Amino acid sequence: MSTPLQTAAAAPLRKPETRAAEKTDERGAARPPALAKISVRDLNFFYGATQALHAITLDIPEHIVMAFIGPSGCGKSTFLRTLNRMNDTIPGTRAEGTVLLDGEDIYSPQTDVVSLRRTVGMVFQKSNPFPKSIFDNVAYGLRINRLTESKSELQDRVEEALKDAALWNEVKERLKSSALGLSGGQQQRLCIARALAVKPEVLLMDEPASALDPIATQKIEELIVELKRQYTIVIVTHNMQQAARVSDQTAFFWLGKLIEVNATEKMFTNPDEKLTEDYITGRFG
Amino acid sequence: MERHRRLDTELEDLRSRLLLLGGETETALQRAMYALTERDNAAAREVLDGDDAIDRMEVEIDRHCIDILALRQPAARDLRFVMSITKISPILERIADHACNIARAAIDLNDEPQLKAHVDLPRMAEHASAMLRAALDAFTSGDASAARKVIERDDLIDEMYERIFHDLIDMMVKDPTTTTRAARLLFVAKHLERIGDYVTDICELTVYMTEAAIIKHSN
Repeated sequence: MSTPLQTAAAAPLRKPETRAAEKTDERGAARPPALAKISVRDLNFFYGATQALHAITLDIPEHIVMAFIGPSGCGKSTFLRTLNRMNDTIPGTRAEGTVLLDGEDIYSPQTDVVSLRRTVGMVFQKSNPFPKSIFDNVAYGLRINRLTESKSELQDRVEEALKDAALWNEVKERLKSSALGLSGGQQQRLCIARALAVKPEVLLMDEPASALDPIATQKIEELIVELKRQYTIVIVTHNMQQAARVSDQTAFFWLGKLIEVNATEKMFTNPDEKLTEDYITGRFG
Repeated sequence: MERHRRLDTELEDLRSRLLLLGGETETALQRAMYALTERDNAAAREVLDGDDAIDRMEVEIDRHCIDILALRQPAARDLRFVMSITKISPILERIADHACNIARAAIDLNDEPQLKAHVDLPRMAEHASAMLRAALDAFTSGDASAARKVIERDDLIDEMYERIFHDLIDMMVKDPTTTTRAARLLFVAKHLERIGDYVTDICELTVYMTEAAIIKHSN
């Protein structure tokens, strides 16, 4: 199993509520006006002896969509999974460095990983609804975490999540039907609804539309843009046009290194790094 | 590491088409000025007859650009290259239209006695033509520095225009019988001055293509 980050225990915790007051440090020097929702510093990640990520340092601001792009095997999915410790489930993995969520180190021994994954939800490449009803799929996380106090509250939360996932109108008449009867695009939005039901703050999406047709893809993309008003979204995609369409910032990974992170408009018209330009113009890969 | 892409062939084809259009435009300008200075109506008609072909070339380039944007979805320098060509191509077509206007003025003027003093017009035309050639060279080689130097040369065109403008007005005042012919020459000078501006636009697009820097309206 994974071991905690070596620097985790020493990492200071800073609550988000204190940020507004901290406009200057002890010497009166100006501080940045806002911290990132997620702050990663010098993150290295290993599968056994193989180093998959090299000294990744990256800030993900709140309420934006950040896209991770790069060739297969560049580490973008691995990096995504470090943001809610999903890699912990893989034996023999090890992480070094710091990942702060609202200033708190998620690799601290005190971190409740279940709570972390509720705050930082995840949607996978292949939709994975449970063989249950549509309602029960969305209600699942609420029930096992005992997040609602009454049946009516549970129903309200399920409806709200389905509405947020732009699926309510399509399923409201058949909530008791099996989720497996939904189309691929609907199943993927159901999985998004399931993630939203527990009210996360960050949503990680690993190629969420790669198995969908263009119409279903468009719906997911519109949903992503809509959701960023409430959530911070990080998406891994192989589809460069998708990254250009939905994201505010794009990060390019290559051989486990973060090569460049920039505003998406700049990234796709005039990237700073030649390697980025060669990749997005298809000159290698 | 770098690999050859199908897009490279298409972009190269686009570049060739634009250079061909640029060459035809430059020839039209030179032939129009030849028609004016040598009083050669046949040369002027040649310019007018050739304009349809130039128009077609522009439309073709436009079509190719749209195809590339729709089918290849270029990014970064490829995108800037295609976007620059979509803008440069109509500029060249407009320069060719100005050449046609000069050719029409030549046909009108050739019916009347020659005015002795369009001394600076051939020089102005030569300068505009050289600027156009240098602008296309800078575009082809992606040389932003060369493009910036061409932009500076537009000042000389503007100075020449001012001088010719005052000379021709003087001529009209001193000898009102020259008014119609002098006015036509004034229009020719204005066409050349506008061509200088268009060449500047081409150079600004070359800077954008090369450096992603938008320098138009920066003065």
